Amino acid sequence: MWSFEKLTQWIDTSLHGCMSDGWALLVEFVLIGVAVLVAYALIALFLIYAERKICGFFQCRLGPNRVGKWGIFQSVADMIKILLKELVHIDRSDKVLFRMASFFVIIGSICTFGALPFAKGLQAIDFNVGVFYLLAVSSLGVVGILLAGWSSNSKYSMIGAMRSGAQLISYEISAGLSLMVIVVFSGTMQLSEIVAQQADGWFIFKGHVPACIAFLTYLIAGHAETNRGPFDMPEAESELTAGYHTEYSGIQFGFFYLAEYLNLFIVAAIATTMFLGGWQPLHIPGWEGFNHAMDCIPSLLWFFGKTCVCMFLAMWVRWSFPRLRIDQLLSLEWKILMPVCLLNLILMSVVVIL
Amino acid sequence: MKVANYIKNIFVGIWHLGQGMYVTMLNFCRPKVTQQYPENRGRREYGERFRALLTMSHDAGNHHKCIACGMCMNNCPNGTIQVVARTETDPATGKPKRVLDKHLYNLGSCIFCGLCVSVCPTGAIRFTNEFEHAVFTKERLLLQLNRPGSSLAPKPAPAPKPAAPAPGGGAASPEARTESKTE
Repeated sequence: MWSFEKLTQWIDTSLHGCMSDGWALLVEFVLIGVAVLVAYALIALFLIYAERKICGFFQCRLGPNRVGKWGIFQSVADMIKILLKELVHIDRSDKVLFRMASFFVIIGSICTFGALPFAKGLQAIDFNVGVFYLLAVSSLGVVGILLAGWSSNSKYSMIGAMRSGAQLISYEISAGLSLMVIVVFSGTMQLSEIVAQQADGWFIFKGHVPACIAFLTYLIAGHAETNRGPFDMPEAESELTAGYHTEYSGIQFGFFYLAEYLNLFIVAAIATTMFLGGWQPLHIPGWEGFNHAMDCIPSLLWFFGKTCVCMFLAMWVRWSFPRLRIDQLLSLEWKILMPVCLLNLILMSVVVIL
Repeated sequence: MKVANYIKNIFVGIWHLGQGMYVTMLNFCRPKVTQQYPENRGRREYGERFRALLTMSHDAGNHHKCIACGMCMNNCPNGTIQVVARTETDPATGKPKRVLDKHLYNLGSCIFCGLCVSVCPTGAIRFTNEFEHAVFTKERLLLQLNRPGSSLAPKPAPAPKPAAPAPGGGAASPEARTESKTE
Protein backbone atom coordinates (compact mmCIF):
# COMPACT_ATOMS: atom_id res chain seq x y z
CA MET A 1 0.00 0.00 0.00
CA TRP A 2 1.37 3.42 -1.01
CA SER A 3 2.44 5.51 1.94
CA PHE A 4 2.29 9.27 2.17
CA GLU A 5 5.53 9.06 4.10
CA LYS A 6 7.46 9.10 0.79
CA LEU A 7 5.93 12.46 -0.12
CA THR A 8 6.47 13.99 3.31
CA GLN A 9 10.04 12.62 3.45
CA TRP A 10 10.79 14.09 0.05
CA ILE A 11 9.45 17.51 1.11
CA ASP A 12 11.48 17.29 4.32
CA THR A 13 14.77 16.40 2.62
CA SER A 14 14.38 18.95 -0.15
CA LEU A 15 13.59 21.69 2.39
CA HIS A 16 16.60 20.76 4.48
CA GLY A 17 18.69 20.77 1.31
CA CYS A 18 18.04 24.42 0.49
CA MET A 19 17.79 26.10 3.92
CA SER A 20 18.91 25.79 7.52
CA ASP A 21 17.15 23.43 9.94
CA GLY A 22 15.23 26.14 11.76
CA TRP A 23 13.83 27.66 8.59
CA ALA A 24 12.97 24.24 7.20
CA LEU A 25 11.00 23.45 10.35
CA LEU A 26 9.18 26.79 10.13
CA VAL A 27 8.28 26.23 6.47
CA GLU A 28 7.04 22.75 7.33
CA PHE A 29 4.87 24.14 10.11
CA VAL A 30 3.37 26.67 7.74
CA LEU A 31 2.80 24.04 5.05
CA ILE A 32 1.05 21.70 7.47
CA GLY A 33 -1.04 24.54 8.85
CA VAL A 34 -2.13 25.60 5.38
CA ALA A 35 -2.88 22.00 4.39
CA VAL A 36 -4.97 21.42 7.51
CA LEU A 37 -6.90 24.66 7.05
CA VAL A 38 -7.57 23.99 3.37
CA ALA A 39 -8.71 20.45 4.10
CA TYR A 40 -10.88 21.80 6.92
CA ALA A 41 -12.58 24.32 4.66
CA LEU A 42 -13.05 21.87 1.78
CA ILE A 43 -14.50 19.17 4.02
CA ALA A 44 -16.85 21.71 5.59
CA LEU A 45 -18.08 22.82 2.16
CA PHE A 46 -18.58 19.23 1.09
CA LEU A 47 -20.38 18.37 4.31
CA ILE A 48 -22.75 21.31 4.12
CA TYR A 49 -23.69 20.30 0.59
CA ALA A 50 -24.03 16.62 1.53
CA GLU A 51 -26.12 17.45 4.57
CA ARG A 52 -28.55 19.58 2.59
CA LYS A 53 -28.82 17.02 -0.17
CA ILE A 54 -29.31 14.08 2.19
CA CYS A 55 -31.75 16.04 4.30
CA GLY A 56 -33.71 16.80 1.15
CA PHE A 57 -33.79 13.16 0.14
CA PHE A 58 -34.99 12.10 3.58
CA GLN A 59 -37.80 14.63 3.30
CA CYS A 60 -38.75 13.55 -0.24
CA ARG A 61 -37.27 16.69 -1.75
CA LEU A 62 -34.38 17.13 -4.17
CA GLY A 63 -32.24 19.46 -2.08
CA PRO A 64 -30.13 22.19 -3.70
CA ASN A 65 -30.18 21.69 -7.47
CA ARG A 66 -29.67 25.08 -9.11
CA VAL A 67 -26.04 26.20 -8.61
CA GLY A 68 -24.01 24.01 -10.92
CA LYS A 69 -24.95 20.51 -11.92
CA TRP A 70 -27.00 18.96 -9.08
CA GLY A 71 -26.26 22.11 -7.07
CA ILE A 72 -22.69 21.11 -6.28
CA PHE A 73 -21.56 24.72 -6.02
CA GLN A 74 -24.34 25.66 -3.62
CA SER A 75 -22.11 25.66 -0.56
CA VAL A 76 -19.44 27.67 -2.39
CA ALA A 77 -22.08 30.29 -3.16
CA ASP A 78 -23.19 30.19 0.48
CA MET A 79 -19.62 30.68 1.61
CA ILE A 80 -19.18 33.75 -0.61
CA LYS A 81 -22.45 35.13 0.69
CA ILE A 82 -21.51 34.63 4.32
CA LEU A 83 -18.09 36.24 3.76
CA LEU A 84 -19.73 39.35 2.32
CA LYS A 85 -22.28 39.74 5.10
CA GLU A 86 -22.20 42.51 7.65
CA LEU A 87 -21.05 41.80 11.19
CA VAL A 88 -23.88 43.22 13.26
CA HIS A 89 -22.78 45.19 16.29
CA ILE A 90 -24.46 43.95 19.47
CA ASP A 91 -25.34 46.65 21.96
CA ARG A 92 -23.76 46.24 25.43
CA SER A 93 -22.16 42.93 24.59
CA ASP A 94 -18.73 42.01 25.88
CA LYS A 95 -16.87 42.73 22.67
CA VAL A 96 -13.63 40.92 23.40
CA LEU A 97 -15.27 37.72 24.61
CA PHE A 98 -17.89 37.96 21.89
CA ARG A 99 -15.22 37.90 19.20
CA MET A 100 -13.09 35.35 20.97
CA ALA A 101 -15.89 32.83 21.42
CA SER A 102 -16.17 31.83 17.78
CA PHE A 103 -12.41 31.38 17.62
CA PHE A 104 -12.43 29.14 20.67
CA VAL A 105 -14.99 26.90 19.02
CA ILE A 106 -13.18 26.70 15.73
CA ILE A 107 -9.69 26.33 17.24
CA GLY A 108 -10.96 23.43 19.33
CA SER A 109 -12.18 21.61 16.28
CA ILE A 110 -9.13 22.44 14.13
CA CYS A 111 -6.79 21.11 16.82
CA THR A 112 -8.69 17.85 16.93
CA PHE A 113 -8.84 17.71 13.16
CA GLY A 114 -5.07 18.18 12.84
CA ALA A 115 -4.23 15.13 14.96
CA LEU A 116 -6.26 12.61 12.99
CA PRO A 117 -4.49 9.92 10.95
CA PHE A 118 -5.98 10.49 7.51
CA ALA A 119 -4.04 7.92 5.56
CA LYS A 120 -0.93 5.80 5.74
CA GLY A 121 1.82 8.20 6.73
CA LEU A 122 -0.49 11.19 6.65
CA GLN A 123 -0.77 12.37 10.22
CA ALA A 124 0.39 15.81 11.26
CA ILE A 125 1.30 14.86 14.81
CA ASP A 126 1.32 11.48 16.51
CA PHE A 127 1.09 11.87 20.28
CA ASN A 128 1.66 8.90 22.51
CA VAL A 129 -1.49 10.05 24.35
CA GLY A 130 -3.43 10.65 21.14
CA VAL A 131 -6.85 9.58 22.40
CA PHE A 132 -6.44 11.68 25.52
CA TYR A 133 -5.43 14.66 23.37
CA LEU A 134 -8.48 14.27 21.12
CA LEU A 135 -10.83 14.20 24.10
CA ALA A 136 -9.12 17.13 25.78
CA VAL A 137 -9.00 19.41 22.76
CA SER A 138 -12.47 18.65 21.50
CA SER A 139 -13.90 19.81 24.82
CA LEU A 140 -12.34 23.23 24.26
CA GLY A 141 -15.42 24.00 22.19
CA VAL A 142 -17.57 24.09 25.34
CA VAL A 143 -15.62 27.11 26.54
CA GLY A 144 -16.34 28.89 23.28
CA ILE A 145 -20.01 28.08 23.45
CA LEU A 146 -20.34 29.26 27.05
CA LEU A 147 -18.43 32.45 26.20
CA ALA A 148 -20.68 33.05 23.21
CA GLY A 149 -23.78 32.71 25.35
CA TRP A 150 -22.43 34.86 28.14
CA SER A 151 -21.05 37.70 26.05
CA SER A 152 -23.99 38.12 23.68
CA ASN A 153 -26.15 39.97 26.22
CA SER A 154 -29.16 37.93 25.20
CA LYS A 155 -31.33 35.58 27.22
CA TYR A 156 -31.73 33.14 24.36
CA SER A 157 -27.98 32.85 23.95
CA MET A 158 -27.46 32.47 27.67
CA ILE A 159 -30.00 29.67 28.08
CA GLY A 160 -28.77 27.98 24.92
CA ALA A 161 -25.18 28.12 26.12
CA MET A 162 -26.08 26.75 29.54
CA ARG A 163 -27.99 23.87 28.02
CA SER A 164 -25.20 23.24 25.58
CA GLY A 165 -22.62 23.26 28.34
CA ALA A 166 -24.63 20.78 30.40
CA GLN A 167 -25.13 18.57 27.38
CA LEU A 168 -21.57 18.63 26.09
CA ILE A 169 -19.95 18.02 29.45
CA SER A 170 -22.33 15.14 30.21
CA TYR A 171 -21.92 13.40 26.91
CA GLU A 172 -18.18 13.83 26.95
CA ILE A 173 -18.15 11.24 29.77
CA SER A 174 -19.85 8.61 27.65
CA ALA A 175 -17.72 9.41 24.64
CA GLY A 176 -14.57 9.17 26.71
CA LEU A 177 -15.62 5.92 28.37
CA SER A 178 -16.47 4.38 24.99
CA LEU A 179 -13.04 5.28 23.68
CA MET A 180 -11.48 3.91 26.87
CA VAL A 181 -12.90 0.50 25.95
CA ILE A 182 -10.73 0.48 22.86
CA VAL A 183 -7.76 1.85 24.79
CA VAL A 184 -8.15 -1.04 27.24
CA PHE A 185 -8.40 -3.50 24.39
CA SER A 186 -5.46 -2.21 22.37
CA GLY A 187 -3.29 -1.24 25.34
CA THR A 188 -2.21 2.05 23.80
CA MET A 189 -3.42 5.61 23.39
CA GLN A 190 -1.28 6.33 20.36
CA LEU A 191 -3.52 6.70 17.30
CA SER A 192 -0.98 5.31 14.82
CA GLU A 193 -0.48 2.25 17.02
CA ILE A 194 -4.24 1.73 17.38
CA VAL A 195 -4.62 1.88 13.59
CA ALA A 196 -1.66 -0.46 13.08
CA GLN A 197 -3.17 -3.05 15.39
CA GLN A 198 -6.26 -3.20 13.22
CA ALA A 199 -4.39 -4.40 10.12
CA ASP A 200 -5.64 -7.98 10.47
CA GLY A 201 -9.16 -7.09 11.56
CA TRP A 202 -10.96 -3.98 12.68
CA PHE A 203 -11.63 -3.59 16.39
CA ILE A 204 -15.36 -3.74 15.87
CA PHE A 205 -14.86 -7.32 14.60
CA LYS A 206 -11.93 -8.28 16.79
CA GLY A 207 -13.17 -6.69 19.99
CA HIS A 208 -16.07 -9.08 20.66
CA VAL A 209 -19.35 -7.68 22.05
CA PRO A 210 -17.93 -4.82 24.14
CA ALA A 211 -16.41 -3.14 21.07
CA CYS A 212 -19.76 -3.21 19.27
CA ILE A 213 -21.54 -1.71 22.29
CA ALA A 214 -18.80 0.89 22.61
CA PHE A 215 -19.16 1.78 18.92
CA LEU A 216 -22.87 2.33 19.41
CA THR A 217 -22.48 4.37 22.59
CA TYR A 218 -19.71 6.41 21.02
CA LEU A 219 -21.88 7.22 18.02
CA ILE A 220 -24.72 8.35 20.29
CA ALA A 221 -22.50 10.35 22.63
CA GLY A 222 -20.49 11.82 19.80
CA HIS A 223 -23.64 12.78 17.98
CA ALA A 224 -24.85 14.57 21.10
CA GLU A 225 -21.50 16.34 21.36
CA THR A 226 -21.91 17.85 17.92
CA ASN A 227 -25.11 19.60 19.07
CA ARG A 228 -27.07 18.15 16.19
CA GLY A 229 -30.61 16.86 16.20
CA PRO A 230 -32.16 14.99 18.02
CA PHE A 231 -29.82 16.50 20.59
CA ASP A 232 -30.04 20.07 19.27
CA MET A 233 -31.58 21.41 22.47
CA PRO A 234 -29.14 24.35 22.63
CA GLU A 235 -30.31 25.55 19.23
CA ALA A 236 -33.97 24.65 19.61
CA GLU A 237 -35.16 27.21 17.10
CA SER A 238 -38.77 27.07 18.23
CA GLU A 239 -37.90 28.28 21.72
CA LEU A 240 -34.42 29.80 21.64
CA THR A 241 -34.28 31.18 18.06
CA ALA A 242 -30.78 29.79 17.55
CA GLY A 243 -29.35 29.19 21.01
CA TYR A 244 -25.83 30.35 21.73
CA HIS A 245 -25.18 31.79 18.27
CA THR A 246 -28.37 33.84 18.07
CA GLU A 247 -26.53 37.16 18.09
CA TYR A 248 -23.77 36.17 15.69
CA SER A 249 -23.76 37.24 12.10
CA GLY A 250 -21.61 37.02 9.03
CA ILE A 251 -18.38 35.10 9.26
CA GLN A 252 -18.53 34.83 13.05
CA PHE A 253 -21.68 32.80 12.65
CA GLY A 254 -19.92 31.03 9.82
CA PHE A 255 -17.25 29.85 12.25
CA PHE A 256 -19.86 28.25 14.50
CA TYR A 257 -21.53 26.70 11.50
CA LEU A 258 -18.23 25.39 10.14
CA ALA A 259 -17.24 24.01 13.53
CA GLU A 260 -20.57 22.20 13.86
CA TYR A 261 -20.06 20.40 10.57
CA LEU A 262 -16.42 19.69 11.22
CA ASN A 263 -17.28 18.28 14.62
CA LEU A 264 -19.57 15.90 12.82
CA PHE A 265 -16.64 14.91 10.62
CA ILE A 266 -14.30 14.62 13.60
CA VAL A 267 -16.67 12.39 15.55
CA ALA A 268 -17.09 10.17 12.49
CA ALA A 269 -13.33 10.15 11.92
CA ILE A 270 -12.58 9.19 15.52
CA ALA A 271 -15.17 6.43 15.34
CA THR A 272 -13.48 5.27 12.12
CA THR A 273 -10.02 5.37 13.64
CA MET A 274 -10.94 3.64 16.87
CA PHE A 275 -13.49 1.08 15.73
CA LEU A 276 -13.43 0.71 11.95
CA GLY A 277 -9.71 0.40 11.43
CA GLY A 278 -8.83 3.96 10.40
CA TRP A 279 -7.24 3.86 6.96
CA GLN A 280 -6.69 0.08 7.10
CA PRO A 281 -8.39 -1.80 4.28
CA LEU A 282 -10.88 -4.55 5.03
CA HIS A 283 -8.94 -7.76 5.56
CA ILE A 284 -10.50 -11.15 6.10
CA PRO A 285 -8.01 -13.71 7.41
CA GLY A 286 -7.50 -16.52 4.92
CA TRP A 287 -8.85 -14.75 1.84
CA GLU A 288 -5.53 -13.77 0.22
CA GLY A 289 -6.93 -12.65 -3.13
CA PHE A 290 -9.62 -10.55 -1.52
CA ASN A 291 -7.14 -8.95 0.87
CA HIS A 292 -4.82 -8.13 -2.00
CA ALA A 293 -7.65 -6.52 -3.98
CA MET A 294 -8.60 -4.44 -0.95
CA ASP A 295 -4.99 -3.29 -0.62
CA CYS A 296 -5.18 -1.72 -4.08
CA ILE A 297 -7.67 0.91 -2.87
CA PRO A 298 -5.69 3.91 -1.52
CA SER A 299 -5.70 4.35 2.25
CA LEU A 300 -7.05 7.89 1.94
CA LEU A 301 -10.14 6.53 0.19
CA TRP A 302 -10.62 3.90 2.87
CA PHE A 303 -10.50 6.51 5.59
CA PHE A 304 -12.88 8.92 3.91
CA GLY A 305 -15.20 6.14 2.81
CA LYS A 306 -15.63 4.82 6.33
CA THR A 307 -15.97 8.34 7.69
CA CYS A 308 -18.67 9.10 5.13
CA VAL A 309 -20.58 6.00 6.21
CA CYS A 310 -20.44 7.16 9.84
CA MET A 311 -21.50 10.68 8.85
CA PHE A 312 -24.37 9.31 6.83
CA LEU A 313 -25.49 7.41 9.92
CA ALA A 314 -25.40 10.64 11.90
CA MET A 315 -27.44 12.48 9.26
CA TRP A 316 -29.89 9.61 9.07
CA VAL A 317 -30.41 9.83 12.83
CA ARG A 318 -30.70 13.59 12.69
CA TRP A 319 -33.49 13.56 10.14
CA SER A 320 -35.32 10.65 11.72
CA PHE A 321 -35.95 11.55 15.33
CA PRO A 322 -37.69 14.41 17.10
CA ARG A 323 -35.78 16.60 19.52
CA LEU A 324 -35.31 15.46 23.11
CA ARG A 325 -36.38 17.68 25.98
CA ILE A 326 -33.51 18.89 28.16
CA ASP A 327 -34.38 16.64 31.11
CA GLN A 328 -34.84 13.63 28.83
CA LEU A 329 -31.53 14.50 27.26
CA LEU A 330 -29.70 14.48 30.57
CA SER A 331 -31.47 11.43 31.96
CA LEU A 332 -30.56 9.54 28.79
CA GLU A 333 -26.94 10.30 29.48
CA TRP A 334 -26.75 9.89 33.25
CA LYS A 335 -29.25 7.07 33.71
CA ILE A 336 -28.66 4.94 30.63
CA LEU A 337 -25.63 5.79 28.55
CA MET A 338 -23.10 6.24 31.33
CA PRO A 339 -24.01 3.07 33.30
CA VAL A 340 -23.97 1.11 30.08
CA CYS A 341 -20.54 2.54 29.22
CA LEU A 342 -19.14 1.73 32.66
CA LEU A 343 -20.46 -1.83 32.55
CA ASN A 344 -19.10 -2.14 29.05
CA LEU A 345 -15.69 -1.00 30.23
CA ILE A 346 -15.72 -3.64 32.96
CA LEU A 347 -16.83 -6.23 30.43
CA MET A 348 -13.97 -5.29 28.13
CA SER A 349 -11.49 -5.49 31.00
CA VAL A 350 -12.73 -8.99 31.76
CA VAL A 351 -12.40 -9.94 28.10
CA VAL A 352 -8.84 -8.60 28.00
CA ILE A 353 -7.84 -10.39 31.21
CA LEU A 354 -9.28 -13.67 29.96
CA MET B 1 -37.95 -6.30 38.81
CA LYS B 2 -36.87 -2.70 38.48
CA VAL B 3 -33.56 -3.71 36.98
CA ALA B 4 -35.26 -6.07 34.55
CA ASN B 5 -37.60 -3.27 33.49
CA TYR B 6 -34.68 -0.91 33.04
CA ILE B 7 -32.87 -3.34 30.78
CA LYS B 8 -36.03 -4.19 28.88
CA ASN B 9 -36.73 -0.49 28.32
CA ILE B 10 -33.32 0.00 26.77
CA PHE B 11 -33.87 -2.77 24.25
CA VAL B 12 -37.45 -1.70 23.49
CA GLY B 13 -36.16 1.82 22.95
CA ILE B 14 -33.46 0.65 20.57
CA TRP B 15 -35.99 -1.45 18.68
CA HIS B 16 -38.34 1.51 18.29
CA LEU B 17 -35.53 3.78 17.15
CA GLY B 18 -34.64 1.14 14.58
CA GLN B 19 -38.21 1.11 13.33
CA GLY B 20 -38.12 4.90 12.97
CA MET B 21 -34.89 4.76 11.03
CA TYR B 22 -36.36 2.08 8.78
CA VAL B 23 -39.26 4.38 7.89
CA THR B 24 -36.97 7.31 7.09
CA MET B 25 -34.75 5.06 5.01
CA LEU B 26 -37.79 4.04 2.96
CA ASN B 27 -38.47 7.73 2.35
CA PHE B 28 -34.84 8.29 1.45
CA CYS B 29 -34.98 5.66 -1.27
CA ARG B 30 -38.38 6.65 -2.60
CA PRO B 31 -38.31 8.37 -6.01
CA LYS B 32 -38.79 12.10 -5.65
CA VAL B 33 -41.90 13.63 -7.18
CA THR B 34 -40.55 17.19 -7.36
CA GLN B 35 -41.02 18.76 -10.79
CA GLN B 36 -38.09 20.89 -11.92
CA TYR B 37 -39.70 23.65 -13.90
CA PRO B 38 -37.57 24.95 -16.74
CA GLU B 39 -36.22 21.46 -17.40
CA ASN B 40 -39.65 19.87 -17.69
CA ARG B 41 -40.96 22.60 -20.00
CA GLY B 42 -43.13 21.08 -22.68
CA ARG B 43 -43.11 17.64 -21.10
CA ARG B 44 -45.20 18.37 -18.03
CA GLU B 45 -48.93 17.83 -18.35
CA TYR B 46 -51.20 19.87 -16.16
CA GLY B 47 -54.64 18.99 -14.94
CA GLU B 48 -57.67 19.64 -17.14
CA ARG B 49 -59.04 22.16 -14.65
CA PHE B 50 -55.85 24.17 -14.31
CA ARG B 51 -56.72 27.81 -15.05
CA ALA B 52 -53.87 29.66 -16.68
CA LEU B 53 -54.86 31.72 -19.72
CA LEU B 54 -58.33 32.54 -21.01
CA THR B 55 -58.69 31.80 -24.71
CA MET B 56 -61.39 31.73 -27.30
CA SER B 57 -61.18 28.67 -29.49
CA HIS B 58 -61.38 29.15 -33.22
CA ASP B 59 -62.01 26.45 -35.78
CA ALA B 60 -60.25 26.04 -39.12
CA GLY B 61 -62.51 28.54 -40.88
CA ASN B 62 -61.65 31.24 -38.31
CA HIS B 63 -65.02 30.89 -36.63
CA HIS B 64 -65.62 31.25 -32.92
CA LYS B 65 -68.73 30.46 -30.92
CA CYS B 66 -69.15 33.79 -29.10
CA ILE B 67 -72.65 35.25 -29.52
CA ALA B 68 -71.66 38.49 -27.77
CA CYS B 69 -74.28 38.03 -25.06
CA GLY B 70 -72.01 39.73 -22.51
CA MET B 71 -72.58 37.14 -19.77
CA CYS B 72 -68.87 36.82 -19.13
CA MET B 73 -68.47 40.58 -18.90
CA ASN B 74 -71.38 40.87 -16.45
CA ASN B 75 -70.21 38.03 -14.29
CA CYS B 76 -66.60 39.10 -14.10
CA PRO B 77 -65.95 40.24 -10.51
CA ASN B 78 -63.46 42.96 -11.39
CA GLY B 79 -64.13 44.09 -14.91
CA THR B 80 -61.41 42.12 -16.56
CA ILE B 81 -63.51 41.23 -19.60
CA GLN B 82 -65.00 43.75 -21.96
CA VAL B 83 -67.20 42.60 -24.81
CA VAL B 84 -67.45 45.15 -27.58
CA ALA B 85 -70.36 44.30 -29.89
CA ARG B 86 -72.40 45.92 -32.63
CA THR B 87 -75.92 45.28 -33.82
CA GLU B 88 -76.44 43.97 -37.30
CA THR B 89 -79.50 42.98 -39.20
CA ASP B 90 -79.61 39.34 -40.10
CA PRO B 91 -80.02 39.21 -43.92
CA ALA B 92 -81.90 35.91 -43.72
CA THR B 93 -84.52 36.75 -41.14
CA GLY B 94 -84.34 40.53 -41.11
CA LYS B 95 -84.06 40.60 -37.30
CA PRO B 96 -81.41 42.66 -35.44
CA LYS B 97 -78.62 40.57 -34.00
CA ARG B 98 -75.58 41.27 -31.81
CA VAL B 99 -72.24 40.54 -33.42
CA LEU B 100 -68.91 40.40 -31.57
CA ASP B 101 -66.44 43.11 -32.44
CA LYS B 102 -63.75 42.65 -29.81
CA HIS B 103 -63.51 40.38 -26.81
CA LEU B 104 -61.05 42.31 -24.63
CA TYR B 105 -59.41 40.52 -21.73
CA ASN B 106 -57.00 42.12 -19.26
CA LEU B 107 -54.69 39.37 -18.05
CA GLY B 108 -53.16 41.75 -15.51
CA SER B 109 -56.32 42.01 -13.45
CA CYS B 110 -57.77 38.53 -13.99
CA ILE B 111 -58.15 36.56 -10.76
CA PHE B 112 -58.71 33.26 -12.58
CA CYS B 113 -61.97 32.57 -10.79
CA GLY B 114 -63.41 30.85 -13.84
CA LEU B 115 -66.89 32.45 -13.60
CA CYS B 116 -66.78 33.62 -17.23
CA VAL B 117 -66.13 30.11 -18.48
CA SER B 118 -68.86 28.54 -16.40
CA VAL B 119 -71.54 31.06 -17.45
CA CYS B 120 -70.71 31.06 -21.16
CA PRO B 121 -73.85 29.67 -22.87
CA THR B 122 -72.01 28.44 -25.94
CA GLY B 123 -68.67 27.31 -24.50
CA ALA B 124 -66.82 29.88 -26.59
CA ILE B 125 -64.13 30.65 -24.05
CA ARG B 126 -62.07 28.31 -21.94
CA PHE B 127 -58.92 28.23 -19.85
CA THR B 128 -55.76 26.70 -21.26
CA ASN B 129 -52.56 25.60 -19.55
CA GLU B 130 -50.22 28.28 -20.88
CA PHE B 131 -49.04 29.85 -17.66
CA GLU B 132 -45.88 31.71 -18.70
CA HIS B 133 -47.36 35.19 -18.55
CA ALA B 134 -44.43 37.38 -17.61
CA VAL B 135 -44.01 40.43 -19.86
CA PHE B 136 -42.22 43.72 -19.40
CA THR B 137 -45.06 46.18 -19.91
CA LYS B 138 -48.61 46.27 -18.66
CA GLU B 139 -49.93 47.00 -22.14
CA ARG B 140 -48.87 43.57 -23.33
CA LEU B 141 -51.23 42.01 -20.82
CA LEU B 142 -54.24 43.52 -22.61
CA LEU B 143 -55.37 40.72 -24.89
CA GLN B 144 -58.00 40.47 -27.56
CA LEU B 145 -59.41 36.97 -27.53
CA ASN B 146 -61.17 36.85 -30.90
CA ARG B 147 -58.84 36.74 -33.85
CA PRO B 148 -59.00 39.53 -36.42
CA GLY B 149 -61.54 38.83 -39.13
CA SER B 150 -63.15 35.97 -37.25
CA SER B 151 -66.89 35.48 -37.20
CA LEU B 152 -69.56 33.48 -35.47
CA ALA B 153 -69.70 29.86 -36.49
CA PRO B 154 -72.79 29.09 -38.59
CA LYS B 155 -75.48 27.33 -36.66
CA PRO B 156 -75.44 23.59 -37.06
CA ALA B 157 -78.62 22.06 -38.46
CA PRO B 158 -81.19 21.98 -35.66
CA ALA B 159 -81.58 18.60 -34.10
CA PRO B 160 -84.95 16.97 -34.74
CA LYS B 161 -87.23 17.69 -31.82
CA PRO B 162 -88.42 14.65 -29.94
CA ALA B 163 -92.18 14.19 -29.93
CA ALA B 164 -92.67 14.52 -26.20
CA PRO B 165 -90.04 16.46 -24.20
CA ALA B 166 -89.06 14.73 -20.99
CA PRO B 167 -90.93 16.25 -18.02
CA GLY B 168 -88.87 18.60 -15.87
CA GLY B 169 -85.74 18.24 -17.94
CA GLY B 170 -85.07 20.91 -20.52
CA ALA B 171 -82.45 18.70 -22.11
CA ALA B 172 -84.25 18.74 -25.40
CA SER B 173 -83.58 22.33 -26.34
CA PRO B 174 -80.14 22.92 -27.85
CA GLU B 175 -79.46 26.01 -25.68
CA ALA B 176 -80.04 24.09 -22.48
CA ARG B 177 -77.81 21.32 -23.66
CA THR B 178 -74.85 23.55 -24.32
CA GLU B 179 -75.42 25.33 -21.05
CA SER B 180 -75.33 22.16 -19.04
CA LYS B 181 -72.21 21.10 -20.86
CA THR B 182 -70.26 24.18 -19.92
CA GLU B 183 -71.21 24.03 -16.27
